[in-house]
Amino acid sequence: MAQLDLRRKLSILADAAKYDASCASSGTSKRSSADGKGLGSTEGMGICHAYTPDGRCVSLLKILLTNFCVYDCAYCINRVSSNVERARFSVEEVVKLTLDFYRRNYIEGLFLSSGIIRSGDYTMEQLVRVARSLREDHQFRGYIHLKLIPEADPLLVEEAGLYADRLSANIELPRDEAIRRLAPQKDPGVIKKAMGQVRLKVEAARPGKKDRAKPPKFAPAGQSTQLIVGADGAPDTEIMARSASLYGGYGLKRVYYSAFSPIPDSSAILPVSRPPLMREHRLYQADWLMRFYGFSAPEIGQSATDGMLDLAIDPKLAWALNSREQFPVDVNSAPREMLLRVPGLGVKSVNRMIQVRRWKALRLEDVGRLTRSVDKIRPFITALDWTPGGLTDAVDLRQRIAPERPPEQLSLF
Amino acid sequence: MRVETLAHEIDIDGWRAAARRLRLAGVAPENARFRVAGSGQGGLLDQIEETPVEAAPAPAFAVPKAFLDLAGEVILHRSADRFDLMYRLLWRLRDEPNLMRITTDRDVADALERAKNVSRASHKMKAFVRFRRIEDQAGEAWVAWFEPAHRVLEKTAGFFVRRFATMRWSILTPDGSAMWDGESLAFGPPATRDMAPDGDAVEDYWKTYYASTFNPARLKTKTMQGEMPKRYWKNLPEASLIPELTALSAVRTTTMVEAAPTPVNARLARAVAPDARVSGSVDDVVAATLPELDRAIQGCRRCPLWRDATQGVCGEGPRQAKLMVVGEQPGDQEDLAGKPFVGPAGQVFNAALEDAGIDRADVYVTNAVKHFKHEPRGKRRLHKTPNAGEVTACRWWLDQERRLVKPKVILALGGTAGLGVLGRKPAVTRERGQPIALEDGATGLITVHPSYLLRLPDEAGRVRERAAFVEDLKAVRRLL
Repeated sequence: MAQLDLRRKLSILADAAKYDASCASSGTSKRSSADGKGLGSTEGMGICHAYTPDGRCVSLLKILLTNFCVYDCAYCINRVSSNVERARFSVEEVVKLTLDFYRRNYIEGLFLSSGIIRSGDYTMEQLVRVARSLREDHQFRGYIHLKLIPEADPLLVEEAGLYADRLSANIELPRDEAIRRLAPQKDPGVIKKAMGQVRLKVEAARPGKKDRAKPPKFAPAGQSTQLIVGADGAPDTEIMARSASLYGGYGLKRVYYSAFSPIPDSSAILPVSRPPLMREHRLYQADWLMRFYGFSAPEIGQSATDGMLDLAIDPKLAWALNSREQFPVDVNSAPREMLLRVPGLGVKSVNRMIQVRRWKALRLEDVGRLTRSVDKIRPFITALDWTPGGLTDAVDLRQRIAPERPPEQLSLF
Repeated sequence: MRVETLAHEIDIDGWRAAARRLRLAGVAPENARFRVAGSGQGGLLDQIEETPVEAAPAPAFAVPKAFLDLAGEVILHRSADRFDLMYRLLWRLRDEPNLMRITTDRDVADALERAKNVSRASHKMKAFVRFRRIEDQAGEAWVAWFEPAHRVLEKTAGFFVRRFATMRWSILTPDGSAMWDGESLAFGPPATRDMAPDGDAVEDYWKTYYASTFNPARLKTKTMQGEMPKRYWKNLPEASLIPELTALSAVRTTTMVEAAPTPVNARLARAVAPDARVSGSVDDVVAATLPELDRAIQGCRRCPLWRDATQGVCGEGPRQAKLMVVGEQPGDQEDLAGKPFVGPAGQVFNAALEDAGIDRADVYVTNAVKHFKHEPRGKRRLHKTPNAGEVTACRWWLDQERRLVKPKVILALGGTAGLGVLGRKPAVTRERGQPIALEDGATGLITVHPSYLLRLPDEAGRVRERAAFVEDLKAVRRLL
């Protein structure tokens, strides 16, 4: 086989990695090179160094070590039976690209994944070698996200956690039965066990009150996973239930949702269609409601039809329209948990309201200044100079707030 | 009209001194003006006669720290009236000491908004500066040309020092320049684009990466522009690709959608890994050994509890154990570790065993139900008691453990365990400690579950109940 030049390899192996939605570079321990050694820093907040026309951020050099793979997952561009062009980086090539990009301030660090070659152990070992070289040979202090190969030996996972800021193993399909059908070499039980192992290690590395010496850091930015939306027929309620179970079980920092996207050289098993971007968007909103707004998955699911969230309005508004008996809420006296349930009020707005109302009674104008648009909020609140009267229970409230439009698909098609 | 002159655009110390003078002299905001020396931007203002304000001997007055912090940010904003806004706030603070907390106030909201824009400009500078490599007499160095949305060079330079402390670099902007020589940071005069290098060999790789990581099937140019406003594009090497990537995306997507699936890659497919799928049903296995039983439990689908659990947790202990202890179900920690009784209740149990003089290594420890039943609640999982159907379904496994281990005594911890062992729900408090003859010849005993000891609210009750639990274990030991 002809030797591929480095740019061609980069092109193939970035293309092969882009269906993984994770891009976070935030929430890790604080590091810098101000001691005059090494390269790089992390300061808590992630940085998106560029955005591509798909609206996604480019924060990390997201590539595969190789797109050769012995697994045959129907949804994946890199499955063994696909005819895509194959390539493989050497450990040194990945290290050099990462450092070259980092020095020019293109990236926050590296997100390295790989097709499974030879065995889970061998593949994980290659990924760990890259991370070890960056950290030990080059004193690299930037961000590293390593893909966890769930089948790999726990000792390799442990080593990966010493070098990486974040680890992730992707569940990909919300239904276990679908994993068996579409990804025959994957075992959801093995993936869950690997995530359980990471959670135990992360918790063991958290310094206890009594510890004198800090335990060595283990994946300080935690772990995440990804679910593909629209490949296995699972409805939104099932996806949310799966997410809730993953967040609770494994202390995940994030569950990413990736609208199943057409790939070059697709498999005959899966229908190729345009990615359900609006559905993905609604799931992210629902995810936010579960993590920051005190909603449970079943609560959000109440307003779903046949298990699917409403595409035309956001899930919080859908819930509120369905739960009118809980409104209107008095912005001058309601507890934080209830303010968070008002459509149109975000966490920041609520925090500011609570701060301001200690000093002065809020009028509708004040609420307007703390939020983007008061129109959506108005029917659900009372303020010093405002009461919605019959508006809260108006039969056509939905029409008034969100006039019917053809369901919007977030793309230019 | 009182006019105060500041040394430069972001002269916060000069502004503070001037504003203090003005306020002590009782100059109302509408009569105060600030100008920047040499900026000429005053226009008409320059012709107004400046009345020097005498430095008042009056004692300084206090302002909230929140105001000073905010002023330090707002002064970096490019708006011409920022000094006036800040002075207006300072003036109002005299009568409204809590003003900074009223974020709905028009002036406060305005200042906060400008501070937010400044903070965003600083963040975007961290993101969008692009260094290019040069070589000079001293070796390798890095130079960037950048045009910040607000005057954030000084505010943001520290970030580049912390990140690139071992590189020699300069960031050139129309407002000024920052230089780091590996030891100290220096600021210099405004620069022009032609003072920076016009290319770097690695930029081609970067552009290749940028183009390849883009997914043409998900075009969302508005989101891109919201986060990466066009004003920055001219200094981002990758941005030159945007028009072409955008224009071709529809064609590329249609091609992918319409393309017929290709035949399987036969050459590679020979290397496919074996299926992880367990062939046939495994949950009706009758195991000959404990390890075999453990494997079979992993495939159990006798009730739906496997779905949200990490794994089935088989019992643990010697096959010849004389004592089998049966708990309710694995908890959060047991579910992750795959071992019974390793969580908080397990620790209580271990300590009690020790006090009763029983070595845990001699005991076969298991649960009536092998998967963890729970309900997610935020970042935690709340234990839920398994129902009779689930316990009954799982007796398939517990019975096999009893058949393989053949213990002399079986101790059931709590009602659920009792149901698993006896096949009927026992009255724990009434039947506690009374030997029950079991069908397989073993002696059954019932006591409370150790998690009950953890839940007791008062210390006295805990001590009393723990002692009773240890007594139950001692009674068990005498039966062995």
